Amino acid sequence: MGYKSIVLVKQVPDTANISGQVMKEDGTVNRSLLPAIFNHEDRVALEMALQVQDNYGGSVSVITMGPPRASDVLRECLFMGADEAYLISDRKFAGADTLATSYVLSEAIKKIGNYDFIFAGRQAIDGDTAQVGPQTAEKLGVPQITYAQEIVNINESHVVIKRKIEGGYEVLESPLPVLVTVLKDSVFPRPYKAKRVMAYKNAKTLMELEKLTEGNSLLYIDQLKYEYMAKHLYINTMTMDDLQLDVERCGVAGSPTKVHKIESVVLTGNKHEHIEPNKTGIGTLIDKLMEDHIFG
Amino acid sequence: MITRNNDVWVFIEQRGGKPADVSLELLSKGRKLAHQLNGNLKAVVIGFNVESIAKETFRYGASEALLADHPELENYRTLSYSRVLSELVDKYRPGVVLFGATITGRDLAPRIASFIKSGLTADCTDLQISDVKYLRNEYKNLLLQIRPAFGGNIIATIISPEVDVQMATVREGVMRLEPLDKPVDGKIVSVPYQPSTIDSIVKIIEQHRQESKVNLKGAPIIVAGGYGLGTKENFRLVQELAATIGGEVAGSRAAVDAGFITPDRQVGQTGVTVRPKLYIAIGISGAIQHRAGMQESNKIIAINSDPEAPIFGVAHYGIVGDAAQIIPTFINVFKQKLR
Repeated sequence: MGYKSIVLVKQVPDTANISGQVMKEDGTVNRSLLPAIFNHEDRVALEMALQVQDNYGGSVSVITMGPPRASDVLRECLFMGADEAYLISDRKFAGADTLATSYVLSEAIKKIGNYDFIFAGRQAIDGDTAQVGPQTAEKLGVPQITYAQEIVNINESHVVIKRKIEGGYEVLESPLPVLVTVLKDSVFPRPYKAKRVMAYKNAKTLMELEKLTEGNSLLYIDQLKYEYMAKHLYINTMTMDDLQLDVERCGVAGSPTKVHKIESVVLTGNKHEHIEPNKTGIGTLIDKLMEDHIFG
Repeated sequence: MITRNNDVWVFIEQRGGKPADVSLELLSKGRKLAHQLNGNLKAVVIGFNVESIAKETFRYGASEALLADHPELENYRTLSYSRVLSELVDKYRPGVVLFGATITGRDLAPRIASFIKSGLTADCTDLQISDVKYLRNEYKNLLLQIRPAFGGNIIATIISPEVDVQMATVREGVMRLEPLDKPVDGKIVSVPYQPSTIDSIVKIIEQHRQESKVNLKGAPIIVAGGYGLGTKENFRLVQELAATIGGEVAGSRAAVDAGFITPDRQVGQTGVTVRPKLYIAIGISGAIQHRAGMQESNKIIAINSDPEAPIFGVAHYGIVGDAAQIIPTFINVFKQKLR
């Protein structure tokens, strides 16, 4: 039997490695200069799902909502060992906050159906909100275990999970299905398998297949899609229409939070006093701090 | 145009019969927000035998405490707490609801925002009330939810103009704790709790908690090290300096990630916010997330080999050079002067 896991993954701008050119003079961010990467905690979540599959059998599906180029992270998931991948993409999803994102994801998950686990990273590095997991769980009406550190065991229809709490940890037992968000140090993601890289580097989404047919009247998209499906190289692609969504709950329209103002973090030229890195300089500094009654 | 209730609610997180500091800090801030809105500050207390906590909220300005007190609610569990709070928020539709950005707050708040289909902003570093012009519409008395974004390279002001309930989480230590000399003569409103089977499907099998003995927020002197120190050996110099001058040791997130120091000593947006008399930052470049947690310190000394490091922008005294040489000099000179 085994367990069916769905893993939520996200492609994120590499905010940890921002260079000067990325920040424009007016203080906005030039996103095109930022490399897009696989959010690390989501990779860890995929590893946890793959370990469930290794230990108990079953399958692992991955989903991402994002622009067409987000298929890159889905291919990386296939390299690691995911059985199938879904790209949820539509222009009408753009500008979604966590509420709108969790709505679309939860509807996509309902469509895939029959899951035992939903795994996701605790949070993504572009927003650091940690909200999409719990909001997806709420919409699906399933319990959630956030900040998970370890799956202790799975017993038929229940899972026992150790999670972080303030100043310690707790061990919870939850019925399945359950949504689990995973901390980065919980498990170590496996490397890609060379054989899988060779095979799945050619996996394509519907949009990517459509590109192939452009200007080639001999290629028909439906036929191409079936060929790729037969070779297990088709990345399932879902748009607004496939999911029959309420447009008012998607993208900008479905997002109650709005960015009112963005300010670049420019340091005001605070004039600090320069202290020489030697005995005399430091001695003077300590004298000043004594005068201020900080020392002594 | 939607109408909005002027009340400000604060979820009071409690453990073992004691309120979390962050919840009391949020009451202190909430009191000012409610005053500006001409509304009431209300505390929501959920637990078992926690009436004393409900009363304590009056000392931080709450005029009313909504109290759900039941044996089934003794420990925080996502499903029971979120059901109680979601139903309350949905019934009264307060204009502002605030949570600590703790593990519990970050587990609970999104579930409620999803239930009531409202906006939620995580990890705010400031909250303000202001009239806003957004997309040619004028909005009165919106909650400005201010937070660093995009890896800390920008500060974003988030608003939820078209919904009646505005929600935010705030990190511990960001708002000042300001108890009143004389508590408000508030009232406790009991919230009846009817257990539901869904509340208890997730069971707590065991719980281990060791309350941290580290008290960075109360320390008058803090010596903090960063990734720039390079090695654990060099980080020991930070500990030595702290011991010499009577300070607490702290670190940046990068120092925690590198294993130089434990997470309970992390200063910054995802750690603790501190305002000591003296803060010494060594080998810390000074990303906005770190500065957000220490820039209100009374005096700041920055020691860094890179003269362009942003930390110098908030420092009062700057020393450019190799920490491995500067720290021992500091220790020696200090010992000579204050023997």
